[in-house]
Amino acid sequence: MGLSREDVIKVAQLARLELSEAEIAALTSQLGDVLTYIEQLSKLDTEGVEPMAHAVEMVNVLAEDVIEESFDREQILSNAPSRDDTCYRVPPVLGE
Amino acid sequence: MTLIEQSATELLGLLKRREVSSRELTGAYLDQIDAHDQQIHAFLRTDRDRALQQADLIDRRRAQGESLGSLGGLPVAVKDVLCTRGAVTSCASKMLENYVPPYDATPIARLKEADAVILGKTNMDEFAMGGSCENSAFGPTRNPWDTERIPGGSSGGAAASLAASMTPLSIGTDTGGSIRQPASHCGVVGLKPTYGRVSRYGLIAFASSLDAVGPLARTAEDVALLLGVIAGHDARDSTSIVQPVGDYRAATRRPLEGLRLGVVSEHFGEGLDPEVAQTVRDAIDLFKDLGATVREIAMPHSQYAISAYYIIAPSEASSNLARYDGAHYGMRAPEAEWRDGGAEENPLVQMYRSTRAEGFGAEVKRRIMLGTYALSAGYYDAYYLKALKVRRLIAQDYHDAFEQVDLIVGPVTPSPAFKLGDKSEDPLSMYLVDLYTVGANLAGIPAISLPCGFSSDRLPIGIQLQGAALSEELLLQAAGAYQGQTTWHSQRPELA
Repeated sequence: MGLSREDVIKVAQLARLELSEAEIAALTSQLGDVLTYIEQLSKLDTEGVEPMAHAVEMVNVLAEDVIEESFDREQILSNAPSRDDTCYRVPPVLGE
Repeated sequence: MTLIEQSATELLGLLKRREVSSRELTGAYLDQIDAHDQQIHAFLRTDRDRALQQADLIDRRRAQGESLGSLGGLPVAVKDVLCTRGAVTSCASKMLENYVPPYDATPIARLKEADAVILGKTNMDEFAMGGSCENSAFGPTRNPWDTERIPGGSSGGAAASLAASMTPLSIGTDTGGSIRQPASHCGVVGLKPTYGRVSRYGLIAFASSLDAVGPLARTAEDVALLLGVIAGHDARDSTSIVQPVGDYRAATRRPLEGLRLGVVSEHFGEGLDPEVAQTVRDAIDLFKDLGATVREIAMPHSQYAISAYYIIAPSEASSNLARYDGAHYGMRAPEAEWRDGGAEENPLVQMYRSTRAEGFGAEVKRRIMLGTYALSAGYYDAYYLKALKVRRLIAQDYHDAFEQVDLIVGPVTPSPAFKLGDKSEDPLSMYLVDLYTVGANLAGIPAISLPCGFSSDRLPIGIQLQGAALSEELLLQAAGAYQGQTTWHSQRPELA
């Protein structure tokens, strides 16, 4: 199954990636090749097979509800690209 | 053999008998790095002062008669995908170029508790995505056996640092072969443990259901030594397994008796380099001489492993890498570069898009795109869900095989190390080289790569052994027995 230029642009929107024209062209053909290869899976009958999401299938591993020391706010904020005294700073999300 | 070429276990003996100090040893490896890493580029960063300080501290404690941890002053190199408190951890990505983690990954914390000296952080494919180390944002690592060639990946720096005698021990990670494949290309030993055997806490996530942290070294016993330090349950990783850790070093010295090996005939078929095929067959013959029996086994779904893997791993990656948003940590594109992507986006979304465009390299973008596509509305069932079902069939194949044999033996890679640039224009051809390694990650089982010979142009060739979940002791026993009869692992490249 091939992939169109429009598919690539739409997926890039979903993935929050800005792509150049050259990247769009390259990805259209490269991802198309990979999807064509992967198409072999459709030949395989998997009717009734339980999907396997994890190699070790553990569920609901619970931790004791104990209060432990957490990271220092200043230490965590020191990695922020933009911040004020106590918060991360981000561009406006709502209109002016 | 010079000091730095000795095995970690030999060096540990020298340290314990105080025939060498940790400072001397650490200094000798740092000197080797200074002398040759300009050419090899196995390390992204070293910190001489910090390492020597650590070594001095351990030497002082030893002199005072304190009992030390099991690595007592041995240097270790760490792949730059594991968080080290207070020291940059970049994942070989521009996105995290200046990221300084506020905590240690559990494997790092355990190395420190065991009194290891951390030499530095090794190069890798960006976010551990790749099989050649060419995807590092900071330039490729070169294979010490032939610097025109790739060292393998993604733990290329980890494997190359061992081959170039820049460290006696290395920590790598393996999501689809990223420990075993570079180990094979660089002529060293690499073990991918059972999923959950080593904690993933502080490992920068690529594909969480497949990622495994593991040891690389020059001998089976060294790998066992390092595995013993990093393995074990960790309450901070909910997928960590609780079974007790084995005595891995002792296992490497146990004689082999009645080992039942399985060979998958398809793994010797089309696409396998004839020299690799012959070398691996010779190694299997040696196991026969050691008393092993060999039989053919069927893995009817192994031909689908690459397809399933290249849906599951990118899907998990697209989700895991959503965290790089330019808001919390990592880089943010300058405001002047933010652009509307055509959907009348608000400035926050524009910032996300520009940041991710600038921070991620081509392969990372490719995988995010592939995963986002496989998970998107209308394709989820046909791709992601289908791949999870195929994953079950592949795991079932292994389960059935291990009813008949103890270990599965075969090649690690279809060919010896290729030249830099050979596959960079064709991602699919790069993905296809993972065909013998991804199965173990999908099934969550352990596997080891051992040096078993050289090609006619003197490039290392590896053999892979795969075992049932938690069979690390048996893998290391077989590896130890093989290395007791061979000298491939003690050969070293000549560095310029």
